[in-house]
Amino acid sequence: MSDGRDGFVPDLPSHQTGVGTPLGALGLDVSLTEIGPSRSLFEDAWRRFRRNKLAMFGLFLVVFLILVALFGPLFVQDPTKLSKTYLEGPTNQHPFGLDNKGGDVLARVVHGIRLSLFIGILATVLETFIGVVVGALAGWYGRYVDSVAMRFVDIMLGIPYIILAYAFITVLGRGVSAVILTLAFTAWLQTARTVRAGFIQVKQLEYIEAARALGVSGRRIMLRHILPNVLQPVVVLMAIGVGSAILSEAALSFLGVGVKPPNPSLGLMVSDAQSFLSSAPYLFFFPGIAIILTVLGFLLVGDGLRDALDVKDN
Amino acid sequence: MPPLLQIEDLHVGFSTEDGVVQAVRGVDIAVEEGDVLAIVGESGSGKSVTALSVLGLHPKGRTTISGRVMWGDEDLVTASDERLRRVRGAEIAMIFQDPLSALNPVYTVGRQIMEMVRAHGDVSKSAAKERAIEMLGLVGIPQPRKRVDNYPHEFSGGMRQRAMIAMALSCDPKLVIADEPTTALDVTVQAQVLELLVDVTNRQGAAVMLITHDLGVVAGMANKVAVMYAGKVVEQAAAVDMFDEPSHPYTIGLLRSLPRVDADGDAQLIPIGGQPPSMLNPPAGCAFHPRCPIALREAGCDTVIPTLYHTPSELASGEVVDDPIHQHGAACWRRDEVAELLGTVRG
Amino acid sequence: MAVFIVRRLFSLAVTLLGGFTLLFILFFTLPSDPARVIAGGNGRAPSEAVIANTEKRLGLDKPVYEQYWNQLKDTVTLSGESFQTREPVSEMVTQRLPASLRLAIWAMLIEASVGIGAGVLSARRRNSLADTLTTTAAVVAGAIPVFVLGYLLTLVTGVYAFKHNWPEWARLPTLSNDYDPDKWFLFIPSLSQVEILIQPAIILAAVSTAIVARLTRTTMLEAQTSDHVRTARAKGLREKTVSRRHVLRNALIPVITFIGIDFGTIIGFAILTETVFQWPGLGSKIARAAGQSDLPVVLTLSMVVMLIYGLANLAVDISYAKLDPRIRLGGAK
Repeated sequence: MSDGRDGFVPDLPSHQTGVGTPLGALGLDVSLTEIGPSRSLFEDAWRRFRRNKLAMFGLFLVVFLILVALFGPLFVQDPTKLSKTYLEGPTNQHPFGLDNKGGDVLARVVHGIRLSLFIGILATVLETFIGVVVGALAGWYGRYVDSVAMRFVDIMLGIPYIILAYAFITVLGRGVSAVILTLAFTAWLQTARTVRAGFIQVKQLEYIEAARALGVSGRRIMLRHILPNVLQPVVVLMAIGVGSAILSEAALSFLGVGVKPPNPSLGLMVSDAQSFLSSAPYLFFFPGIAIILTVLGFLLVGDGLRDALDVKDN
Repeated sequence: MPPLLQIEDLHVGFSTEDGVVQAVRGVDIAVEEGDVLAIVGESGSGKSVTALSVLGLHPKGRTTISGRVMWGDEDLVTASDERLRRVRGAEIAMIFQDPLSALNPVYTVGRQIMEMVRAHGDVSKSAAKERAIEMLGLVGIPQPRKRVDNYPHEFSGGMRQRAMIAMALSCDPKLVIADEPTTALDVTVQAQVLELLVDVTNRQGAAVMLITHDLGVVAGMANKVAVMYAGKVVEQAAAVDMFDEPSHPYTIGLLRSLPRVDADGDAQLIPIGGQPPSMLNPPAGCAFHPRCPIALREAGCDTVIPTLYHTPSELASGEVVDDPIHQHGAACWRRDEVAELLGTVRG
Repeated sequence: MAVFIVRRLFSLAVTLLGGFTLLFILFFTLPSDPARVIAGGNGRAPSEAVIANTEKRLGLDKPVYEQYWNQLKDTVTLSGESFQTREPVSEMVTQRLPASLRLAIWAMLIEASVGIGAGVLSARRRNSLADTLTTTAAVVAGAIPVFVLGYLLTLVTGVYAFKHNWPEWARLPTLSNDYDPDKWFLFIPSLSQVEILIQPAIILAAVSTAIVARLTRTTMLEAQTSDHVRTARAKGLREKTVSRRHVLRNALIPVITFIGIDFGTIIGFAILTETVFQWPGLGSKIARAAGQSDLPVVLTLSMVVMLIYGLANLAVDISYAKLDPRIRLGGAK
């Protein structure tokens, strides 16, 4: 369930887990001449990412699920088609069984994954955009703009997540677009804070002062110089954000205020499975696993990105 | 009179992602009673690593150490954990570079000194506290009775380092190893703290092994010097002798790059060209040869590692050097020609 | 210190007011028609007259600012009434707040003990099997939705256990219907109540425990290689002492801070867990009320939750200063 925590470890310098340790940590200040070809930040990060087994597993999951979402529906039947029999366990014809209305569980899970990814990614893109804009403006202009924006963020953060989500749903109604907007409107807070912090930090750097002294326009500095530097943590937040958005959507649908039936939402499926726990546990099992794997994939990738990009002073 | 501490043929290697870094490649160093021995070198020369090896403070998993560290007649490299623990602080004490990170921020300075005193003897809390106050006063911290209850961050940089010195001396060690004790301090305070260190330590009857990259520091304080480069000692002498008659191209280069008060107005500072070598893959032969102005293939500079005390002919004839500790040694195959080739530093 | 507290309380009040206003705007004024929902409670489509009456009864026909003021008054004095059942909100709070608090406290105890324990173990035996297992478990736990975990647990201990006749102690009820406030002393449950407490407490603690475990591992690893630990060793302290006084103590500071902050978070987010197990706390009530457009209930109970959240954060900030002497409250040294 997403509640603003979503398995996100607070910002501490990550610890190397490899066999060796960069020399700096050993107390050696060795100035090494060209050990190997000089690498760009991305290549370096990718190399570290590749070595992280959990992160690669997460990446594999994400890619697999995206493929399922894109091509899966071609291989399964229409999720809304109801067969005459219902509540049947897994058979050859219906590998995941049939639910209490006669729908094919496999088909619904596949479509559910597609829906989850769709909602998750869209919501995250939207919230990132909002967060970056607000954070950048607050961090750059500071003072009045900053106080107002941050006060607003604090107020929103003071409201427990679910209640806030409920509030937005009340306004926006139910359904896919409402859910996307709700998720976006609640998730941008963290991004905004991070971006703002990044801006404040980078703003003070000397080369920015130099650019300003030379008369480069504010907007240009923001876009060309500061933004690229601040993007690192944002990328991590995005990856984790998709995972958490999917979790939230499942939670909202489970509570009955998310996606409307007969849309195949994984959360809805779990909610429907409540009453059949003892008679038909597979109704709960399959969508549950699907949610877990999807969220897990993104969280692992996000963690992996964070470790890969958190290079101290290379 | 045997030396207090004798490091013999020390080799220290660290395994890293990219291979084994040979930080120390065969070092012999001796400290005698009453000495202030300065070990000088650039970053990466292995000087700090050598210092940390004495008390076995390297991370166990990734470090390989060979050679001997003789403290009296026991070898600290092979000593038991418990014996090593008892040596630490009570017989050999260490002072680190940055007192802000070397001291634990959540305990008072007094508590940290007390903890050390009580680890080495059956001392009551109040007696330990008195000792802490006494030591703080000794190092020139005003109002020690009050400041003993302060936290490290409540001291200024210089005072903090004095407190560390006080802590190091609290159990009356015979040797104090100071690893760049003033590098992290304000320039204005450096000289004071250093003087205090040498002064108080000597008065307590302890010897000092001072690690530094600053030759200027060496001139005023040390009586003996060892210059390190790329994991080996390249020159070793009494301080006076080294400044009078530097005999290794690296040492001469270092001295030439120092600004001098008595230099001509238009005399130039001459830096040493090139880069320090990779310790993953040090150059063959003399590690300094790629940067050395007088390196010569025929002399073996790029193939055979020079020794501190033997000239090529002595090496060939199997001669033994007596009393190596008090000799002026320089690890250069062209040692005899250095003076005429490079001139004196003042020239 | 006193000045600091007063300033923070004032700031908290402002934030609460802002939150209240935001919620009011979203729930009360923007498109949604509670009167229609409430009037049509029996499933019949209500006539316009009934709706109008309902509106009047509930005060929804009054102008917005008057409604705002009334709701604000009612909330602050806890004198509101449920739109649906006319039940006074104050009663709900007195009955349900302790239940929520109890669940939260136990979740925190689990979170702290299991989380820190796992983290320390992980750090001590880095890269061993135990470490990898713990880290993986922690990561996965953070990915499992609360309700999935909840049902999974009840599947095992409720459904499966009954079907296959597990021993008495291994069978746990799937719902917390037997909650009885008289059987509790403060937050200590009597034996019978333990049965219904275990599952929701574990579920509620799950994600937090995972985070605490990973956080502890990180801070421990960092502390282990820090300079002051090297100094401690160089002073000749016993390894055990170094471990306890210099590694653990320093490593736990951020962890304890997190756990403290998490308390408020847990209170707020117990909604899902309480719903899954039907634990009679504030959370489950808010969920149901929101579904029924029972606005005074939603508003007031939410504000109670937010107040606790704010106070918990304040308490954490104060104790943080005690833990880490470098922190000076309210400004530079």
